[in-house]
Amino acid sequence: MAKAVNVFSQRVQRVSRASLASWLRRIVFFAALLTLWELIALSGIWPDYLFPGPIAVFSTLVAGVSGGLYLQAALVSLQRLAIGYGISLVIGLTLGLLIGRIRILEETVGSLILGLQALPSVCWLPLAILWFGLSEQAIIFVVVMGALFSITLGVDAGVKNASPIYLKAARNMGARGVALYTQVILPSALPAILNGLKQGWTFAWRSLMAGELLFFTLSLGNLLENGRDLNDASQVMAVMVLIIIIGVTIDALVFVPFERSVRERWGLQG
Amino acid sequence: MFFQSQVSDAQRARPASDVDQPIPGGMPLRIEGVSKTFPGRTGTVEALRPVNVDVAPGEFVCLLGPSGCGKSTLLSIVAGLEVATSGTVWADGRKVHGPGTDRVLLFQEAALFPWLDVQRNVEFGLRQAGMPARKREALARRFIELVHLKGFERSYVHQLSGGMRQRAAIARALAIDPAILLMDEPFGALDALTRDRLHVEVESIWAATRKTVLFVTHNVREAVALGDRVLVFSPRPGRIVREFRIDLPRPRSLEDHTLVDKAAEIVAVLREAIGDQEREEVHEWRKR
Repeated sequence: MAKAVNVFSQRVQRVSRASLASWLRRIVFFAALLTLWELIALSGIWPDYLFPGPIAVFSTLVAGVSGGLYLQAALVSLQRLAIGYGISLVIGLTLGLLIGRIRILEETVGSLILGLQALPSVCWLPLAILWFGLSEQAIIFVVVMGALFSITLGVDAGVKNASPIYLKAARNMGARGVALYTQVILPSALPAILNGLKQGWTFAWRSLMAGELLFFTLSLGNLLENGRDLNDASQVMAVMVLIIIIGVTIDALVFVPFERSVRERWGLQG
Repeated sequence: MFFQSQVSDAQRARPASDVDQPIPGGMPLRIEGVSKTFPGRTGTVEALRPVNVDVAPGEFVCLLGPSGCGKSTLLSIVAGLEVATSGTVWADGRKVHGPGTDRVLLFQEAALFPWLDVQRNVEFGLRQAGMPARKREALARRFIELVHLKGFERSYVHQLSGGMRQRAAIARALAIDPAILLMDEPFGALDALTRDRLHVEVESIWAATRKTVLFVTHNVREAVALGDRVLVFSPRPGRIVREFRIDLPRPRSLEDHTLVDKAAEIVAVLREAIGDQEREEVHEWRKR
């Protein structure tokens, strides 16, 4: 046991040294990039309002966030994302399970979803506006269309590839009905489902931004559009940075830990 | 002795003097004309010719045969996980219609759930039976101790060795308290040393619980070391070619010369069955 711990700590040390070096390279790269950006902006090739430097963008970002406007916009967007993603999650899990387990649904609904998955979710936007008008529902509809098919196909793939021996063992030990689905089929499909959830989330986030560009309430997408109207490239860039930060944060806080815990349990590390 | 006290604690108390005498702790099992054919590319494939076996309660029966002789299929049918093409399985006088917790199957791959730790794996069947959390936790812990996995309750499957996985799978099966244990080459993928140790453990668990055991293997040593009876299967399509009763005292030593003689005798029968099959195939081929 002590030996195992020792080996483990050695490995941690080695890993941390390697990751320190990689972080260092990353920091140097981004510092160089920002410097280059600032230099180009300072050179005056393009006017300030079209090509602001990182310092100007950063100060716009700080002003926008501390003024509360950006945070309020972010909250509105995140709320839509949560509602849209939540709906896709419920429908996608159910649909994926059914398609994965029932042959006739796979042949019919499954192929339909495969086709719809090939359609970029922004293509739903005109239809959404026709059906729901320029409304909250239209945006959420687009977000759902963005995430739903990825989640469904992820669950479907997970259920289909799950080793049948788990199902046999579970039935043999008296599992049936709903318990079979919630305690065996879904968890055994978790690694593949996770891929679908992740892909669904990135599609949802993208669709949301596309939808919000058309929509005139306070939101991240609308702040972008607003920056364009005002000829204020530094606001556009500041909001873009904010969108990146939110995206990366959600990934790091939700999906990375989730993925890590699945990988650790399954022993898929490395 | 160690096991016996533990198991009887968990299950039912048995006087030590009764160990030599099979006690009806398990169920009787009757396999009546069970056969299996699969649809194949060139017509139907016959996997198992009608098989008749009568197993007494608490008897340890080994099904021995080359790979692909349908013995695993037979076990699946008894477990109720596959449907027989013909024939009937009777467990305790009742017709088998589907899987039931009176007959639990152990797989070669252990089939532990990778998303649950050892403790939760062992609790799985108890949870399905609706046992309250605290009770099943305690019961599972007792069976984990029984198979010497104390300290690994929180480990996940990939952290266990092959032998430990089989121990966990045995604990998981025993926790349900089935009357019939169906073991499908459970130690087939293990090294010889681990296998021998697990034989000793399985034998003492069986001696203490007197469950009816059907044990599938292609290893003659394993069959003679464990079985009260060894049924030798021919290659596909499988059928029973010979039956050996092994009345040697337990625990058996694999160095014991009577055991070695018995094993040699069984090997000879097995060889002949495989040879017959090959001759038949050549004959069939020539006819075409």
